Amino acid sequence: MQLKDPVASLRAELPGAVLDVIEALDETTVVTDRASLPHVLAFLRDTPGLQYNFLVDITGVDYLGYTPPAPERFAVCYHLLAMLSNRVLRVKVYVPEADPVMPSILAQWPAANWPEREIQDMLGLDFAGHPDKRRLLMPQDWDGHPLRKDYPLGYETVQFSFNWQEIDAKKPYAKE
Amino acid sequence: MTDHPWQNDLEPLKGIVSARAMKGETMLLNMGPQHPSTHGVLRLLLELDGEEIVTCNPEIGYLHTGIEKSMESKTYVKAITMTDRMDYLNPPANNLVFVMAIEKLCGLEVPPRAQVIRVILLELMRIASHLVWLGTFGLDLGAMSMFLYTFREREHILHIYEMVSGQRMMGTYFRPGGLWRDVPDGFVPAVRDFLDYFPQKLRDYERLLARNPIWMERTKGIAPITGKQAMAWGLTGPSLRGSGVNFDVRKAMPYSGYEQYDFDIPLGPDPGDVYDRYWCRFQEMWQSLRIVEQALYKLPGGPVTADDRKYTPPPRSEIGVSMEALIHHFKYWTEGIRPPVGEVFTVIEAARGLMSCYLSSDGSPHVHRVHFRQPTFMHISALPHMAPGFMLADIIAILGGIDIVLGDVDR
Repeated sequence: MQLKDPVASLRAELPGAVLDVIEALDETTVVTDRASLPHVLAFLRDTPGLQYNFLVDITGVDYLGYTPPAPERFAVCYHLLAMLSNRVLRVKVYVPEADPVMPSILAQWPAANWPEREIQDMLGLDFAGHPDKRRLLMPQDWDGHPLRKDYPLGYETVQFSFNWQEIDAKKPYAKE
Repeated sequence: MTDHPWQNDLEPLKGIVSARAMKGETMLLNMGPQHPSTHGVLRLLLELDGEEIVTCNPEIGYLHTGIEKSMESKTYVKAITMTDRMDYLNPPANNLVFVMAIEKLCGLEVPPRAQVIRVILLELMRIASHLVWLGTFGLDLGAMSMFLYTFREREHILHIYEMVSGQRMMGTYFRPGGLWRDVPDGFVPAVRDFLDYFPQKLRDYERLLARNPIWMERTKGIAPITGKQAMAWGLTGPSLRGSGVNFDVRKAMPYSGYEQYDFDIPLGPDPGDVYDRYWCRFQEMWQSLRIVEQALYKLPGGPVTADDRKYTPPPRSEIGVSMEALIHHFKYWTEGIRPPVGEVFTVIEAARGLMSCYLSSDGSPHVHRVHFRQPTFMHISALPHMAPGFMLADIIAILGGIDIVLGDVDR
């Protein structure tokens, strides 16, 4: 079977879905938008010559304070593997902070179940259409999403003479 | 239908357990998180009709230590020590997948001697990891003596790992650009001793289990998975190959020079059951021995770290005579390395299956975002598909067949 170039095929068959292509370090990243993500993934899986048939991983990234600035605060990366041609492709979707909702691809990719729940738990992105929205790793009553960049690590600031008042004001003393 | 006092407690489980459980017709049973056969702290919410499993819901997170978050606050070299703690039965593979990501980002070339030593340790630890699996799998299914035998042999491998890294398990021996230091003089004889000693033991295990009628009864025909299902659910490693899918990252996308070694991939039938997954894992130990033997034979001389002072520490001997070496030494251990901006994705074949690392760098000495795709994380997520229809006692065989490590699942 003739192997096809994923980027060229996507551009030809799904015009408008490919927002950007990044080629770096022998890796190809296709940037797409949320609406066309399920179509892009299905196209990559079902087209002869591409057949990215194995969903390796889904990862969420928080770009808060990232230099150079990213288009939106969050990104979700889908890593696909073609088992016949041993190629890996990254499909990336940027998600704005104001509307952190992603389409769930669970119906087409059963392997997406727990990775989507993990991102929902750790980064607070909602996966619309996922049937099980309980937290995966953190306790069910946990507040916040630990992998966000503005979530504190839990260390205390080291106290010096010049900042002790500032630290003292934040200390959780018992209220009178 | 009478109102049960606990009916309201079941409300959050709507859609997760069957409607019969909500009415009290079937029994909900928590297996774990302190059950010995879950190998750690896995909780399974089982819905039972008599002894038959209706639904099975794994609850994880009891061992969640926030490794990915902690790594974001550390420099790259310090972050390697965290990776050991994920899959604590096979630490070198965890090191490797992260170190490979840094090397890819920085464009570091690993010297051949370091590559071969890496392969030897990776394959020895794969055997050690499979020995723990074999022992505990046997223990769970009633073959008590396996546990004692396999842990005795595993101790030899841990001894070799301690010899090179100073630690039995959490060695952090692989560093960006190569190894922490060269192996000591006793390394090659120790590995050779193990190669002489181990095959006889492996044959003994085969005789103990392979055609044992009780063993066959407990594993044959349990949780058959077709190759298509296994791929859809994200199973990898021996769990995937036990269903006849010929995919091994060592062959498909060779790393660390695996293309230079001659070894076979044991495959099961399609569909494959727990016995086939057991068989594949067992045969992998023979193949790992073959790789170690070839690697030991060709072990070349030369340096064990790349010669790039921005990303690897200078040798001790240089520090006393070279000002630049002293500066590099100081910068490396205080500030850390600064990989260029970018994101990389590396894939390896760990003992339990495909392990991948996504690493994003913002050019600072700290990790921006790192994510590990752990094989057993996906394996446990497939449990709700595999367990229904089998007996309560079979769940232990199914868990053994996918070889879980909870440190690996929760991170």
